[in-house]
Amino acid sequence: MRSLNLPLDDETVRSLRIGDPVQLSGVMTTGRDAVHKWMIDTFIRKTRQPQGDDEQVYEAIRPILDGGAIYHCGPVVAGLDTGDYRFVAAGPTTSIREEPYQGEVMAHFNLKAVIGKGGMGPKTLAACQDVPAVYLHAIGGAASLIAQSVQRVVVVHKLEFGVPEAIWVIEVKDFPAVVTMDSHGGSIHAEVESHSAQKLESLLAA
Amino acid sequence: MHDLTQAFLELIRLASTDLPPDVEAALRQAREREEPGSAAQGALDAILKNVEMARLHSTPICQDTGTPLFYVHHPAGWSTRQLREQIRAAVAEATARTYLRPNAVDAISGKNSGNNLGDEAFPTIHFEEIEGDELVVDLMLKGGGCENVGAQYSLPDTRLGAGRDLEGVRKVVLDAVHRAQGKGCAPGVLGVAIGGDRGSSFLGSKQTLLRPLDDRNSDPRLAELETKLHEQANQLGIGPMGFGGQTTVLGVKTKGMHRLPASFFVSVSYMCWAHRRRRMIVHGDQIEYI
Repeated sequence: MRSLNLPLDDETVRSLRIGDPVQLSGVMTTGRDAVHKWMIDTFIRKTRQPQGDDEQVYEAIRPILDGGAIYHCGPVVAGLDTGDYRFVAAGPTTSIREEPYQGEVMAHFNLKAVIGKGGMGPKTLAACQDVPAVYLHAIGGAASLIAQSVQRVVVVHKLEFGVPEAIWVIEVKDFPAVVTMDSHGGSIHAEVESHSAQKLESLLAA
Repeated sequence: MHDLTQAFLELIRLASTDLPPDVEAALRQAREREEPGSAAQGALDAILKNVEMARLHSTPICQDTGTPLFYVHHPAGWSTRQLREQIRAAVAEATARTYLRPNAVDAISGKNSGNNLGDEAFPTIHFEEIEGDELVVDLMLKGGGCENVGAQYSLPDTRLGAGRDLEGVRKVVLDAVHRAQGKGCAPGVLGVAIGGDRGSSFLGSKQTLLRPLDDRNSDPRLAELETKLHEQANQLGIGPMGFGGQTTVLGVKTKGMHRLPASFFVSVSYMCWAHRRRRMIVHGDQIEYI
């Protein structure tokens, strides 16, 4: 088990290989469908003018994402009425929905780790090689267990996206995950997909 | 009629925070089959630890508490309007208590209602009048990751060489499992409806997921199909979380329906390993949860 502290440097990222179990500590942010679309539209492809607190939020999250990690997660959060937030359940959501955006987001912010479940496709794998970065697979559905590794909620941005879609800045300790896409072009997802496709072909022919 | 709001709240709490015994047992068996030290076994270890922790702390097993799907079987004389009101009140209260995540998003405006109350289909409530004097309510929480990998096929399917028979059904279901890879949170449970129109077929496929994992289909042809699909889906080797491994599905449940002469739909509902379903039985003042 490798212990990793955020932010990550290139040397550390390049030393990680698919199949490596890791424990991640430090400050990171959640971000899923609405956040990726917002980042792309407003700050990367700039098809939409910044509105409201967009620019302040961008400036606030940029230093955390630089060398950092984004977590595809829509948590269950207690303390919504008091503002004394606490993560109750916080497993990963399916990452592939961010495939159209992820590579550009990684390059723009210098993201070193993307955390989610189910794996991602060729565009993200190419970005893992270029940035360099890794995709870390958390255990889908293990929400109560993973919530234990969230030490505190630092701040929340864009709560108007809804609780699952907001940007939650969290401090984690020993967050468990497995490297399933690395900076050398390795992808457990591509391997399993290819092996299972061959097997499917023989089962369909049977 | 009693006010059952508190009873529904308890049903939701149990469904969200405690896995049914048959599903947990199947996960334990799956763990034993994986190679010691493999990523697949590590995933199942984390899953089992998480299940225990959720039960202990009464916190959601998975943060995606899904669409709440209620199946209400009521004796004659019960007011379905009042039952609906009580269920909706319980869902909102369960959300405030963090047994459920606020999940109802207006598809047009993008706004999350914040309390899991959306249109008349959110939460989904099916009513059916039954004989006898017991109220029986099944609740299933079905998350978005696994819902997204569900599939519907129209036979014949030329690409897969799938004709209008059970052999064709076998082929398209295996294709659905392959397409899902680990994205539906494998090892999952497959609910398969054969026939129906597009709508009734998907409803039927979800309903089969209410069956216990260890039962046997009363139709011997479908029982055989379920066994075969279970074995062959596992031969695909996708494994827990899609890490590769011995167990890709925990079970397969199928159902035959009637279809139009022109249509032959096969609908596959994929349920993630966190197969959260609970039953509540109300008999006079007695309330039992299974």
